[in-house]
Amino acid sequence: MEKHDGREVAQTRAGDRGVLGDPWYDALASGWGELDGTGAPAPAVPPQAAPPERRAAAIYLEVQRSAAFQEVRSRYRRFAFPAAAAFFAWYLAYILAATTAPGLMGRPVAGAVNVAMLAGLGQFLSTFLLTWLYSRHARLRRDRAALELRWDTQEMTRVIEGGQR
Amino acid sequence: MTGNHQTLALLLFSVFVAVTLAITTWVSRNRHGSAEEFYAGGRLFSPMENGFAIAGDYMSAASFLGISGLIALFGYDGLLYSVGFLVAWLVVLLLVAELVRNCGRFTLADVIAARMRERPVRIAAGTSSVTVSVLYLVAQMVGAGSLVALLLGSTGGAVQEWTVVGVGGLMVIYVSLGGMRATTWIQIVKAVLLMGGAITLTVLVLVRFHGDFDQLLRTAAQRSGHGAAFLAPGLKYGGDWTARLDFISLGLALVLGTAGLPHILSRFYTVPTARAARRSVVWSIGLIGSFYLMTIVLGFGAAAIVGSDAVRGSNAAGNTAVPLLALDLGGGPDSTGGTVLFAVVAAVAFATILAVVAGITLASSASVAHDLYASLRRPHAKPRSEVAVARVAAAGIGVVAIALGLLARDLNVAFLVGLAFAVAASANLPVLLYSLFWRNFTTRGAVWAVYGGLVPALILVVLSPVVSGSETSLFPGVDFQFFPLENPGLVSIPLGFLAGWLGTVTSPEPPDEAKHAETEVRALTGAGAV
Repeated sequence: MEKHDGREVAQTRAGDRGVLGDPWYDALASGWGELDGTGAPAPAVPPQAAPPERRAAAIYLEVQRSAAFQEVRSRYRRFAFPAAAAFFAWYLAYILAATTAPGLMGRPVAGAVNVAMLAGLGQFLSTFLLTWLYSRHARLRRDRAALELRWDTQEMTRVIEGGQR
Repeated sequence: MTGNHQTLALLLFSVFVAVTLAITTWVSRNRHGSAEEFYAGGRLFSPMENGFAIAGDYMSAASFLGISGLIALFGYDGLLYSVGFLVAWLVVLLLVAELVRNCGRFTLADVIAARMRERPVRIAAGTSSVTVSVLYLVAQMVGAGSLVALLLGSTGGAVQEWTVVGVGGLMVIYVSLGGMRATTWIQIVKAVLLMGGAITLTVLVLVRFHGDFDQLLRTAAQRSGHGAAFLAPGLKYGGDWTARLDFISLGLALVLGTAGLPHILSRFYTVPTARAARRSVVWSIGLIGSFYLMTIVLGFGAAAIVGSDAVRGSNAAGNTAVPLLALDLGGGPDSTGGTVLFAVVAAVAFATILAVVAGITLASSASVAHDLYASLRRPHAKPRSEVAVARVAAAGIGVVAIALGLLARDLNVAFLVGLAFAVAASANLPVLLYSLFWRNFTTRGAVWAVYGGLVPALILVVLSPVVSGSETSLFPGVDFQFFPLENPGLVSIPLGFLAGWLGTVTSPEPPDEAKHAETEVRALTGAGAV
């Protein structure tokens, strides 16, 4: 019985999302967009029979499958992964061009400035730009939701740890 | 270089050493020796402070003197380094900094061990972290030795040896007495000094050319003797295909290695939250980016004002380009201005080296005490305080680095730095990215990823022309060279990723779903973060 608790919770979550009317889930499902701190959900406490670390694991699994967490994760990944791929491709193209096509890179553009200078400067500028875009995205679209999740998750695990003492 | 420069430079060195020792004493007063305090400086640095400290940790003398010198000698090809060193920070910002801050406590191994069987993973990640740190440390020590000998105008071996010993001794004192708090403040002071020095010289160069960058480039191209080719890639890496592949290999290692450097990762634990870690990376990208932009101006400025031939005549690797430029900008060798500027540049370079070695020593002593000692000590042995072990480890690493630094003193510094980056990118980055992002990653995959990157990287270096088979090799007399490239990154980085994947798919145990959930939730929300 004890060993299956976490998995059962997990499976019901995965299979049949939100239909159970679990207060934890509902609040998150409606709340991620307008996390205003009001009406914080009463944390769902898993069955008392399981040992604490099992129940903590169940909580993390549950949070991982919640819509709020999935939203935070996909917002992060939808920005970070394409951005990482794009700058890496742009950097690779730059060093490949520098090593294989020096003729193209040496073509003058204006005065002493040539294509290579502009490309190098472009690497600097794109790095600064991407840094600004990423931190702006994280600040506006991810930080608050992640913080809410953090407090909620810690509240749930604290209840368990507190109950044990 | 006359006696005046040297006296003033030595005076400024001493002032810096005195100030840093004072910082170390000051911050270590009334501190209880907890691990939190020693490894992470209490975790209460502000993003701006940590951003300066990261920049201080990252901008080594190899950047300040080496890259400017390469630009002064080879023009555009030196600039490729600047770009690689900066772009690397996007990997750190986008994929690593926040998640590592949330999941780990003190070291890289903490992040991986959070979802794996602890012992094998800690031993693997601890070993590779110490290897990377020692390689990087040796590079800095060798750089310190030749730099000080160079700046003091003495080419004798004795000065070089005593410098290596002295730098090693100082870094052990900083780290074992002051821990992360002292190390961080030393980095901050150093970053401010370095930025100040670079800004002063850059402004003076631009004033000399009346703010006309185009004029600066044209003069540089003309005085280099290469004409327009000086402003295009190819002078250094444009030879045969081996040279070109070698450069691509180096470029990959630079951009992927930064996120695997243990002393950079450990800096994120000195701030309270992931958000603060992100903001400190943004600060450091701003600082590092503007610094590397200035090295470009300084490099072309040295070519235009001092002349490539004069630079080459002073030091074949170009390391003295910036000091010579300072001498000229200050008004020439016999003027007060020239003397002062030269001494300031020398002192800044020295401060740079001291701060960087302190940061690396701290990170590697953390790996020894927190990962290796904790995993390898006999289970029933009397438990010692981890911090006490770390202090002893710092001294031990100091001794090893001094010994290796003396042995390797004729190796090229830029090569050693590139090697450290290549090993970091091969052994540390694959396992870190897999642990953070791959649901099915297993313990076996983690161990294989570390050793599958570390071992090939080291073997390929041993079989490369750096060690044997050419006139400039470590052992010119013998020839067991087999691998044509000097930098192993092009082969060993993919091997690290491949080994991690292979270990995972052949793993008999299923991935631990619950621990993956915990890692992912903690990484992205910060729940349960220390």
